[in-house]
Amino acid sequence: MKTDHAIDACNVSKIYGAGARAVTALGDVSIGIKQGEFFTLLGPSGCGKTTLLRCIAGFETPTSGTILLFGRDITHTPPNQRPVNTVFQSYALFPHLSVAQNVGFGLKMQGKPAAEVAQEVERVLALVKLEDFADRLPQQLSGGQQQRVALARALAPKPEVLLLDEPLSALDLKLRKEMQSELKRLQTETGITFIFVTHDQEEALTMSDRIGVMSAGALMQVGPPREIYDHPVNRFVADFIGETNFLVGQVDGQGLRIGSGDVIAVPLNGQTGEVTLAVRPEQINIGPAGTGVAAKIIDMTYLGTDTHYTVALGDASTLVARVQSNSGASLSVGDSVGITFDAKAVQVLAS
Amino acid sequence: MSGTGKTRSKGANGWLLSAPALILLLLAASGPLVIVVIYSVLAKGDYSGVRWILSGDAWFRVLFEKDIFDGTVSLADANLSIFWRSVKLSLATTLITFVLGLPTAWFIGTRPKTTRALWLFLITIPFWTNLLIRTFAIMEVIRNQGLLNTLLIKIGLISAPIQILYTDTAVLIGMTYVYLPLMVLPLFAAIDRFDFKLIEAGYDLYASRWQILRGVILPIIKPGIVAGCILVFIPSLGAYVTPRVLGGGKNMMIGNFIELQFGQGQNWPLGAALSTMLLLIVLVSLVVYTRASTRGGPHG
Ligand SMILES: Nc1ncnc2c1ncn2[C@@H]1O[C@H](COP(=O)(O)OP(=O)(O)OP(=O)(O)O)[C@@H](O)[C@H]1O
Ligand SMILES: [Mg+2]
Repeated sequence: MKTDHAIDACNVSKIYGAGARAVTALGDVSIGIKQGEFFTLLGPSGCGKTTLLRCIAGFETPTSGTILLFGRDITHTPPNQRPVNTVFQSYALFPHLSVAQNVGFGLKMQGKPAAEVAQEVERVLALVKLEDFADRLPQQLSGGQQQRVALARALAPKPEVLLLDEPLSALDLKLRKEMQSELKRLQTETGITFIFVTHDQEEALTMSDRIGVMSAGALMQVGPPREIYDHPVNRFVADFIGETNFLVGQVDGQGLRIGSGDVIAVPLNGQTGEVTLAVRPEQINIGPAGTGVAAKIIDMTYLGTDTHYTVALGDASTLVARVQSNSGASLSVGDSVGITFDAKAVQVLAS
Repeated sequence: MSGTGKTRSKGANGWLLSAPALILLLLAASGPLVIVVIYSVLAKGDYSGVRWILSGDAWFRVLFEKDIFDGTVSLADANLSIFWRSVKLSLATTLITFVLGLPTAWFIGTRPKTTRALWLFLITIPFWTNLLIRTFAIMEVIRNQGLLNTLLIKIGLISAPIQILYTDTAVLIGMTYVYLPLMVLPLFAAIDRFDFKLIEAGYDLYASRWQILRGVILPIIKPGIVAGCILVFIPSLGAYVTPRVLGGGKNMMIGNFIELQFGQGQNWPLGAALSTMLLLIVLVSLVVYTRASTRGGPHG
């Protein structure tokens, strides 16, 4: 078995309930997560992210398939015997224990001597910058501090893999940004493999070494953020990651004939018939009328550094373009313009 | 500063306004109690009632007895053993209702919200019937020709009926049955508020099931345990009907002994002194118990 993989999920499926009310939460998912990487499971609500994480943690047993930890089959190992810890979305801190006792809980249960527990607790609390809060009770802490305690508690026993199920979703935006870089720092410092769950694509793109995009219990695409963003394999991934314009057209010679009748030059590799073009808003250039595809500006939104323009093509289909506000061009609603695409950047997806 | 003054005057006003209610409450709650305490230091009337003469006789007789022939004073073994039996039986009842009540409350607390109300309803059904009738029902079950003995003989576990009725065991069975809901309800209330994610968190952090029970569940539902134990222990200690019916004449508890003084015994001061003694036992156990259960601070 490949031992550079911390976790291998092999053909894992999970079906809740039975008969007519059976829900397939995971359908034949296979994935390998490398040692020491920051891996993110990304997908819309109900796609099975939590279920996959719970199978890895041991709270659920897959209906079929196996889970390997460094090549060792742990499919049926109970959670308290897996060197894998979880940071819960609701934190699940023990309300009757102080911060230090919460953080030391795992070590104590592992039977470590009290002196060692105390020393480790001190080290981990320093890691999450909560040295001064050791004797507080969880309810005496702010949401962000509770989050850090939850992290420290899961990190203290030095797990081989740390699972985080939407740990930042309860925090406000500013704190969230702060914790994102904090998490990244902790992961680099400890070298522990992180499996992070989120439905926030921006969070996934900024934090991860690799992302697994899920939909309806299946993995759509696995790869580094850049690759997922630039080369989505299907319409779902392109739509879910970042904003995307879709243009459906027929392959015609070297280009693509879109609904408005215009032919766009795109990098085809053997596709024929109907295909879908995915174009990011920032990959659309707005030029003077007469260049590229004829269009008309029908709406604009000023967003600080960027401005979003909604343009209508000849067949009334609309596209959203993002242009830097200080790029000099003064455009206004009603203007006739010409649209060009960065041919290398657009993606041709199999429909 | 002015703010403090303002709230104080407002507070004083509030007190004044609720004074009638407070006075009524105080009189209704403590009035009878004061009478009992006063009676305990008066002399015994000729047939019943009291004579208004200050006397320590009743209190003396709670703890000591004087030999009628030679006048030697010794500890009142009979009285003390009744107190001791009552405390023992009440502690046993509390323990048994806890051991039975915890899984019951846990079971109800883990049912889906829709069926939970039904289970709670079932638990409280015994409250709907008169205590005396319920106690006689238990008598039917445990008497020599009753349900339990017949069943045990039928399946061949015993050859002759075992005497349960009119023993301490019978009293214990009866009190457990009567007071079980008083244990289950506060335990359920605590479990209902319990966050079950904490069990997963403990299990994730290498705790065994036993360690989760001891280190996570029990300390968190402790307020419910304390409430349940108090609610069962106190009425058990003063129980009257159950020991009377199931314990027969000889297995008295304090309640029966007190009743005896006001009835046949015609010794009201002794009855009052015994009642006051019971009250003191309850108060002392409450203080000791709450002290013990809040000690240690945030620790499993
Ligand atoms: N215990 C369960 N019993 C029955 N169905 C369940 C159970 N847990 C999850 N499911 C179903 O399985 C599917 C996947 O759920 P899961 O919690 O894994 O989604 P998720 O991707 O984590 O969603 P979210 O982003 O909302 O947390 C959902 O359709 C859900 O309704
Ligand atoms: Mg989830």
